[in-house]
Amino acid sequence: MNTCSDQSLLLHGLIDGELDAANNLAVEAHVKTCAACADELQRLETVRASLSADGVSHTMPAAVRNRVDAALQAATAPVRDNARLRRSSHRPWRSPIASGALVALAASLVLFVATPQLTTASLQDQLVANHVRSLLANHVTDIATSNRHVVKPWFNGRIEFAPPVPELAAQAFPLVGGRLDYVDGQVVPAIVYHRRLHTINLFVRPARGILSSAGFVTRREGFSLVRWAQDGLEFWAVSDIEPDELRQFQRLFAQDSSPSTIP
Amino acid sequence: MTRSFLRPHLAFSRVWRSQAPKNVGTSAVPHHQAERFREVMLPHMDAAYNFARYLARDPSGAEDIVQDAFLRAFRSFDSYRGESAKAWLFAIVRNCFYNWISANRDRVSTSSQASDEAQAIDEDTPEVILMRRNAVDSVRAMIENLPEPFRETIVLRELEELSYKEIASLTAVPIGTVMSRLARARQMLATLLISEDAQGRMIRP
Repeated sequence: MNTCSDQSLLLHGLIDGELDAANNLAVEAHVKTCAACADELQRLETVRASLSADGVSHTMPAAVRNRVDAALQAATAPVRDNARLRRSSHRPWRSPIASGALVALAASLVLFVATPQLTTASLQDQLVANHVRSLLANHVTDIATSNRHVVKPWFNGRIEFAPPVPELAAQAFPLVGGRLDYVDGQVVPAIVYHRRLHTINLFVRPARGILSSAGFVTRREGFSLVRWAQDGLEFWAVSDIEPDELRQFQRLFAQDSSPSTIP
Repeated sequence: MTRSFLRPHLAFSRVWRSQAPKNVGTSAVPHHQAERFREVMLPHMDAAYNFARYLARDPSGAEDIVQDAFLRAFRSFDSYRGESAKAWLFAIVRNCFYNWISANRDRVSTSSQASDEAQAIDEDTPEVILMRRNAVDSVRAMIENLPEPFRETIVLRELEELSYKEIASLTAVPIGTVMSRLARARQMLATLLISEDAQGRMIRP
């Protein structure tokens, strides 16, 4: 009953119709050759069939429906007088709510100002989610090429800085392409590398504050994340490979993209 | 929860959401807007009730939640921007559910059993459909016994057919979290259904 761990979420994506055509075909092909995953898919279908049986979903009792209907009716302005009604009922709530809204606005401004340094955990979640989504939606690359001289100019004009794109195929981290992604409300480049059958998403953005160039390794929901800074940019590598391997990737990347080795 | 709360835009939208229904107060809604509301939102009444029912696990509570939600939705309908009507409405239902929970905190744990019995009495029970009803009832019970947030996620996906993205924004968590909750919920249900099935076979000849 052991499903292939890399397929598990894809099976759910398949029955939920959240995969694109290419991934659909790939997962369906896999299920044909893998008995464990076929079993699992069968189980998911059984759950779905039981839940979609007649009567599992509740329907609104007619009496309540009428009650809601009457309440809506009562809250509707008569066709003619609505302008006057609105004006007269404007005042009683306006000032307390306006001040309430101001307080709320002030409170959220405080949050805005106070939160940036608290968001590392949520940033990591976002990065992992982006990584997973790029695989699920088969939208790993917008520009698919192993040639860094194609990837680098492609980012030009789409983002406001130029991330290094070293070629690491010789070290068994082949470059696959690049993509634009969205992190923390900002468009960022994701440079995509492979390690055997695994995908590495490398997110880059301008460094804010002082960051270590040494690299910081963490794990989240089974994924490895490595963060480091170089040349004023902040890098986040996300993958399902082991943290040590991802560290190795970071070292090679930093080495090969340092200015002296770029022709 | 806390993670997402720390994200500025979510914190902001939460403030806005809880303010919105009060903002509109008791002012009457213009006629043409009321018409449009009926067209767009009333078709989702059963869905809203179903969602509220599985959240609250209490029939009369669900009725109050839905009625409250529809009135609030009606009065803040001018903030509806043409996105998925169901998802928009569900966000309000969800808020009303949390209001209801905090208003009924001491009552909730005991009342759901009592009302289940009441429900059992007023439904007709011819023997022929008894078996089928038992099956449906046990599936309902299985869903109701799932812990949160798995119950909410599976109901939104399997019964209400919201997309991962809609569920993520409704429940304010990343899509990856939605996917893992869904996987876990299905795993729990599959285990329950299989043991149920085995029992059923032993009882039936």
